[in-house]
Formats: sequence, C-alpha cells, structure tokens
Amino acid sequence: MSALIELSGFSKRFGDTQVLREIDLRVERGEVVVIIGPSGCGKSTLLRCLNGLEIGEGGLQFAGEALDAGSDWSRVRQRIGMVFQSYQLFPHMTVLENILLGPLQVQKRARAEVQAQAEALLTRVGLGERAGAYPRELSGGQQQRIAIVRALCMNPEVMLFDEVTAALDPEMVKEVLDVILDLADGGMTLLIVTHEMAFARAVADRILFMDEGRIAEEGEPQAFFSAPRTARAQQFLERFSYLQNVPRRK
Amino acid sequence: MTFDWAFLLGTLPAFFRALGLTVELGLIAIATSSLVALLCSSVLLLRLPVLGVLVRAYVELARNTPLLIQLFFIYFALPSLGLKLSGYSSAIVALTFMGGAYLTEVLRAGIEAVPRTQVEAGMAIGLSRWQLFRHVILPQAGVFSLPALFANFIFLVKETTVVSAVAVPELLYTTKNYIGLYSKTYEMLAVMTALCVLLFVPLSLLFRALERRLRHAQFGS
Amino acid sequence: MPSSGLELLWQVAPQLGRGAIQTLAIALAAILCSTLGGLLYGVLGSLGRRALDALLRFYLELFRAIPLLVWLYLFFFGLPLLTGVSLSSFACAVLVLSLWGASEVGEVVRGGLQSLPRAQREAGLALGLSTWQLYRLVLIPQALKRMTPPTINVYTRLIKGSSLAVLIGVIEVIKVGQQIIERTHEHVLIYGTLFVFFFLICYPLSLASRALERRWSYA
Repeated sequence: MSALIELSGFSKRFGDTQVLREIDLRVERGEVVVIIGPSGCGKSTLLRCLNGLEIGEGGLQFAGEALDAGSDWSRVRQRIGMVFQSYQLFPHMTVLENILLGPLQVQKRARAEVQAQAEALLTRVGLGERAGAYPRELSGGQQQRIAIVRALCMNPEVMLFDEVTAALDPEMVKEVLDVILDLADGGMTLLIVTHEMAFARAVADRILFMDEGRIAEEGEPQAFFSAPRTARAQQFLERFSYLQNVPRRK
Repeated sequence: MTFDWAFLLGTLPAFFRALGLTVELGLIAIATSSLVALLCSSVLLLRLPVLGVLVRAYVELARNTPLLIQLFFIYFALPSLGLKLSGYSSAIVALTFMGGAYLTEVLRAGIEAVPRTQVEAGMAIGLSRWQLFRHVILPQAGVFSLPALFANFIFLVKETTVVSAVAVPELLYTTKNYIGLYSKTYEMLAVMTALCVLLFVPLSLLFRALERRLRHAQFGS
Repeated sequence: MPSSGLELLWQVAPQLGRGAIQTLAIALAAILCSTLGGLLYGVLGSLGRRALDALLRFYLELFRAIPLLVWLYLFFFGLPLLTGVSLSSFACAVLVLSLWGASEVGEVVRGGLQSLPRAQREAGLALGLSTWQLYRLVLIPQALKRMTPPTINVYTRLIKGSSLAVLIGVIEVIKVGQQIIERTHEHVLIYGTLFVFFFLICYPLSLASRALERRWSYA
C-alpha cells in the first residue's frame, strides 16, 4: 500500500527565493511527524503546499493521487485538516456555525448527523458549553481548540498543525497540546510544525529537522534530541536548551 | 421687507411634491447604483480579463468627472447619438452612472479588507470559490463597507439636487422656478432651507449614530 | 460649418480655454482658501476645548449635511437679501466652495493629528523634546503623511464641485461650451471635450492620492 503523503524532489520558490529544495518525504498512515527548524527554513511552506495553499514543483502524492495546480483541491482538502497559528475562526459565525460550515456546505452531509458529531467533539476538547458563542468571546486557547474541532469535523485522514501554539499565552498552550496528544493516541495521522521541543519529543514518531529549505536531518525523537548528527541541528537545539536553563547572572 | 406668508403657504403643495421627488430619485438611485456596484465588484473580485479592465475604466471615469457633465452629456449629447431620454430618465441614468462607480469602490475596499488568512482558512476546509465569497468574504466585507455605503447613500440623495439643471422638478428646481416666476426670493429660500434641513439633517444625524455603532460593531456580544 | 470635429475644436479652443481658466481660477482659489481655513480648523479642533469643538462640529455638520448646490443658491440669492451685499457669481462660488472645503480639510487635519499613537507623543517627550520640537520633528511629519492623500481627494471634489458655478451664472468652461453648442450644434463633441477636460485634471490627482497613500501606509 502506498504512503498517505509522498513528496519526491519537491521544490517551491517565491520569486528569487528558493523556499523548499528537492524535498523527499513519505508519511505513513497513523504516523505522527513533527517538523522543527529555525524561522524561515520552509517548514510552514511545506505544510501549506500539502493542501494546495501554495503550489510547488515536483512530485506530490496524496493517498496515491498525484497533485498539482490543476487538481481539484476542494476535494483533496476535505481529506486534509489544517489548523493555523492565528486560529482563523470566521468572526461572523458562532462556534457551531464555524464547525458546521464545511460539513454542510462542502460535504453536503445531513445537519443532524454533523451537529451530533460537532457536539461530541466540542465535549471532547472541553468546550461543550460554548457552541453558541462568537469567536471574540473566547480566549485564544479556546479558539484554537475550536479551530481543531472545525478541521476534525470534516473527518480528515490527516491533520496539519502550523505552529498552533505560537500565538498563545503560555498558560493556554497546554490545553491545546493536550488535544493534539489525544489525537495522536487515537491513531490519527499528524504533521506538526512547532517550536515546543518538549512536546515534539513527547508526541512524535519521527522528527524532521529542516534548514534552508531542505530536510537536514530526520530520526526518532529520542535519538534526535539526545544526539543530533548535524552541526546545524546541534546549534539549533543548544539555543533551545539554553532557553530552558538560562544561567544565573554572576 | 414683508414676508408673504400667504404666498408661501400657496406654494407648499408644490414644494412637498418636489421633496417627494427628491426622495424618490434618491431611493431609486441608491437601488440602481447598488445593483451596478454588485455586478462591477463581482467582476473585479473574479478577475475577469476584459470585463475587469472595462469596469476599472468606468469607475475611474465616473469618479473623476462632475455629475453635472455626466448629466449634460446624457441629456443633451446622447440624443444626437440616437438615444433620447427625458429629464427624469437622464437624472436616474446619470445618478446611477456616478453612484455605481462610487459604490463599486466601496465594496472593493471592503472585500480587500478581509484578511487573506481568512480566505485560506476557508480554502482549507474545501470551500469552493463561490462558497468562499458567500460565506466568508461577503459577510465580513459587508460589515467593513457598511459605514462607507451609508455615507454614499446619503451622498447620492444630496447629489439629486444637481439634476435640477435638466428641469426635473425636484426641490431646487422648484425653488429656482418660483423665484424666477414671482420674485419671492425670501420666502422661497426660506421654504427650501426648511425642507433641506428637514430632509438632510436627520439623515446626517442618523448616519453619525450608525457610524458610531458600526465602528464598534463586531460579531457577538 | 467646419468639416471635422478636430477642426472645430481647433477653432473654438481659445474660447474654451478662456472658460477653462475661469473654472480653474474658481477651483484654485477654493483650494487655497480651503487649505488655509482647514489648517486653522484642524489645529483649533485638536486643542480639545469643548465649546470650540461644539462650534466647529456645528459648522462641519451643517456644511456636510446640506448639498453644495443648495449652499450656492442660498449665498447667491440669499446674501443680498440678508446683508445688502451683492457678491458676483464668481466670488459667490469661491466663497461657498471654500467654506465647504475648509470644513472637509479641517476634519482631515484634526483626524491626522489625533490618529497618531499616544506612545509617539510619549516617546518624544521621554527623549526630552519640547512641545514645539515634538510637533515639528515627530508629530507633524507623521500627520502630514496621513493628511496629504485625503486632502488631495478633497481637492478633486472641489474641482468637480466648481462645475456647479455654471448654475448660478458664472461664465466658465461649461457655459462657454454651451454657447459654442448653440452656434454649432456639436453636442457630443463639446460635452465629450468637457468630460475629458475634467477627467484630465481630476484623474492624475486621484492617482497621486492613491500612490501616496500606498507608499505612506507602510512608512
């Protein structure tokens, strides 16, 4: 059986800037892949290419189907959930309307069935009471959990998380990460871009370290975090371990 | 100078008809201009190749020339091109020509104010172009545009005074006509001023109130 | 009868030109007065005096609410009756356009000064700048950038508004055009030319306003 996502020699440029260089990547069903790397290394662009928000060059397959600019992306995106750093709930709709929009309008499913699923998912992320609220009445952490539910309610085969805790106050990070851990435990295929190293280590089956548009190193989280092979990965991780343990001033 | 109340009262029915016509022209112009603007802004949003250029040219032309010239062209020049319109029809065509362009600009600005990331979030759940427009862009653009839309509606009602130049018997034409016929300048100016204040000041105040509301209008609570 | 439209245009060009100068004179005079009046209005409005604000507000609302053409008629027909002073129709057009323009420019100036973030004022003061230095070096340069594009828009509205002068009997470009039409019956040609005339003046101003707004919105 083919991999769920398969990239081969995949590149992306914005004008003169080469953002992704010849990426080769296979993601199997049920796998949790965490992508880390310095700002501007192309990790967010990689996620955006996977659901057609950016169109690159080279091989890109989803569930065995080759994808390019001419593909029916609306159909593909129903099978790929995506969550953004800045939540991007629709401000003019209630929580429930946000969640139902895709299933009702795009997938043409029956309201009763979808609403039951939405309510179950809301309860699962601890927000069963907030279905009638508008986004601006909610905290950042609550909005982000709603955004995850909105993507989940489409019954996707994979979820893409693009720095979903980067805009959150520290005390709200946990409630969002807990939801993602829960999904990983449930066997969902996940691609996660994050700066939370401890979380990456805890959730990942495989770590991809990206640098200057390439996958510079990949491996199991234990091995990667305890003994990175490349100099760039070592430098990158040192900066994080420094932040975890800033030396006391003399 | 004596103020001729009797004369003034005698002209009141004509003035109220004139006021009615001003309001009527204003409302029709608002409706037709909105229709033109909806069509034009859809063309711009969908980036249609040839039509898009035409719409942009129309908007620039209509916004950068005086209504009076547009009106004179339609009323005096179009007949020699084989299209003869009455003063009333010319008035509506001219107001629509100008108003449509102004409202197109308002809607375009509202649509551009919707963040790109909102569109992406819609795309990410698989919404089609039309669904994106209808469920994500239009409702938000509408709220962004609302104050400017109202301002332009009022602007259109005010601009109806210009069509007095082609003998449409609205407020201003009636005033000028009576001044010319009976030389009762004082009385006629008084009636015109009173009716203008009656019509435009409440409109203006209503708009201020709406604007204050809308500036803080957000979805929820 | 001239054989072609271009030939006719060439013949009537001096006459139309004289009319155009009248139109431009009205517009330029109004632009000048509006700018000076608007600056005064804006500074007075940013002082934060309650009574003064109410007065300015009243003046602004009055000129905004009532259509320009109504003001033209009121001043043209009404002023002689009320004051005994009879203005020429030219002076009357300049006066009304200026009063209207001053309130519009004034709101732009006031808004420009008030829209600056409070922190900018505080940052300037924290550096030890005097109030005069603060305004001259920090606030005015920033406000100027915000004020210029909308002020240019008021100018184009004044130029378009100057066309209304024909309705109180100023012999300007439209009136001259109508006189030529009476002789030649070339409606399309003359009104078309007037269309182009106003467009050629207003469009570059609109473009400039938009370009400045785009350039300075990132600054």
